[in-house]
Amino acid sequence: MKILVCIKQVPDMESKFKINGEGLWYEEANLAWRINEYDEYAIEQAVQVKEQVGEAEITVLSVGPERVREAMKKALAMGCDRGVQIACDDPWRRDSFEIASLIAEYAAKESFDLIFTGMQSQDRGSAQVGTLLGEMLGAPVLTTVVDFSWDGTKITARRELEGGMKGVVRTPLPAVVTCQLGLNTPRYPTLPNIMKAKKKEIVSLPVADLAGVEGRLATEKTAFPEKKGSGLVLEGEPREMAGQLLGILRLKTKVL
Amino acid sequence: MKALLVAECRGGEFLESSYELAGFAAALGAESVMFCMGGDAPPAFAGTLYQADAAVCGEFNPALHKALLLQVIDREKPDLVVFCHSSYGWDLAPRLALALKAGQVSEVVALAEGGYVVPACNSKLRRTVRPSTALTVVTLQSGAFPPLKEEGAAPPIISLAPPATEGGMEFLGYEAAEIGEVDLSRAEVIVSAGRGIGKKENISLIADLARAMGGELGASRPVVDAGWAPHDRQVGSTGQAVSPKLYMACGISGAVQHLMGMKKSDFIVAINSDRDAPIGEVADVLVVADLKEFVPALIAQLQV
Ligand SMILES: Cc1cc2nc3c(=O)[nH]c(=O)nc-3n(C[C@H](O)[C@H](O)[C@H](O)COP(=O)(O)OP(=O)(O)OC[C@H]3O[C@@H](n4cnc5c(N)ncnc54)[C@H](O)[C@@H]3O)c2cc1C
Repeated sequence: MKILVCIKQVPDMESKFKINGEGLWYEEANLAWRINEYDEYAIEQAVQVKEQVGEAEITVLSVGPERVREAMKKALAMGCDRGVQIACDDPWRRDSFEIASLIAEYAAKESFDLIFTGMQSQDRGSAQVGTLLGEMLGAPVLTTVVDFSWDGTKITARRELEGGMKGVVRTPLPAVVTCQLGLNTPRYPTLPNIMKAKKKEIVSLPVADLAGVEGRLATEKTAFPEKKGSGLVLEGEPREMAGQLLGILRLKTKVL
Repeated sequence: MKALLVAECRGGEFLESSYELAGFAAALGAESVMFCMGGDAPPAFAGTLYQADAAVCGEFNPALHKALLLQVIDREKPDLVVFCHSSYGWDLAPRLALALKAGQVSEVVALAEGGYVVPACNSKLRRTVRPSTALTVVTLQSGAFPPLKEEGAAPPIISLAPPATEGGMEFLGYEAAEIGEVDLSRAEVIVSAGRGIGKKENISLIADLARAMGGELGASRPVVDAGWAPHDRQVGSTGQAVSPKLYMACGISGAVQHLMGMKKSDFIVAINSDRDAPIGEVADVLVVADLKEFVPALIAQLQV
């Protein structure tokens, strides 16, 4: 079985963000980068399928600059077999349609049986790339999956709906699955696996080598939201703040 | 401008969130028509409603629903197709956008002179985007636009015949949410633990605070996903909706899906080490502190 996992590298969401010089996105310098949380579930699910079927090869793919190789190395240490970087310095300029088109162009040549992506990225949150990719490849797409099983012929998956309700869907391969939080428990790479991963290849494809398409959305600006700032902010020494907070709660609520 | 609003139904019932689509169209000053797969009672809506039989077409069948929508679009020639940013909407919208060669904007929270404002980085940033295509598909963040219910008679309905589309995916039905023992919706005080507690052992710290406050323990999703708290403690769009007199969010960033479950609380206190955490936008009091230091200090003072 040939499996593809698409991952994105995103900044730590607790970062102090700055807007970049063009006013279009966040400034990338001085950020700590990691694998998009949703994609960690995608990697783990791919590795679990490989463990189940035995004969499988997992390719992990990421679109982005040099630094995304770090994210891919972690995926390799978690059990992916090879990496493909679509090398591109400014993926943030491209919309979901462009990103999905680039991946689809690569994936169409490889005929993967199963593709996992996260349901969305933590920074853009568009929830489009996985679905577009599947539609471009003409494969069924199962989105927002929180439970996955493969019985040798078909996938059965649970899609998460609002209020914790689930929708159960089934499809044969090839298929694309977009992974939602809680699908599984992503493993930590062990030291021996980190060492082994160093020998695994990461191929780099310059983005110019893929035909590419025009995007359909342009970012006009990125800014901080207007702070309504109606609430009170307490800063200082914990014991003092605890006293202050209790005073406020006694005054404003009747629960104490 | 004309908008096609894609309303939602579950088990024959029209979902309230669909009225937000009409509110959005009103904010744009757009004329609108609506599509809904099934639905026993037609919504209060002052335009034409296109409907197909859910018993025949299935409540979830992306390929077939896409084909039906394409029929409506061919007839109505809208400029905009509007979905809720929901499990149904984000699943179907990109499929439709691709078929229409349309740009798609996800999770719109506001309008800005022809552009759409969407959140980025867990709502720490706002991005304004503009589609370059004539026809655009958008999904709306839940709660961002006020619902609009129109007075008067039921809308005229045009029934759609099911197209001959298969789509390769079988829908096997719904499963109800797991029912737990705790009904957080009735609690007067809820103290919730977020990923900021750092590790499983620290859940007891938050549980102690909940007890000292005479309330119930709640949790954000990652805490539940990690197995640190049971699912019936989860607050949010895929957990429980709560409205206590006091909600204390400890180490919770304030993602929109969490806010959806708790922003109706009377009084909100957030304890967070990040002064810029989005939870600060809904909190009546934001305590900027490491919860491992602040929570014990608070418990100590509650006990004197
Ligand atoms: C379709 C969908 C449905 C979802 N449904 C839900 C839902 O029902 N409920 C839900 O909660 N989420 C839901 N989520 C997930 C949601 O998007 C967020 O990922 C989640 O709410 C984040 O949880 P958190 O705030 O606990 O963690 P994080 O976002 O990781 O935030 C942790 C916070 O803790 C703070 N912190 C860290 N250390 C400390 C410390 N020592 N002291 C004080 N503060 C500290 C950090 O500054 C940060 O703000 C859903 C997501 C999707 C896509």
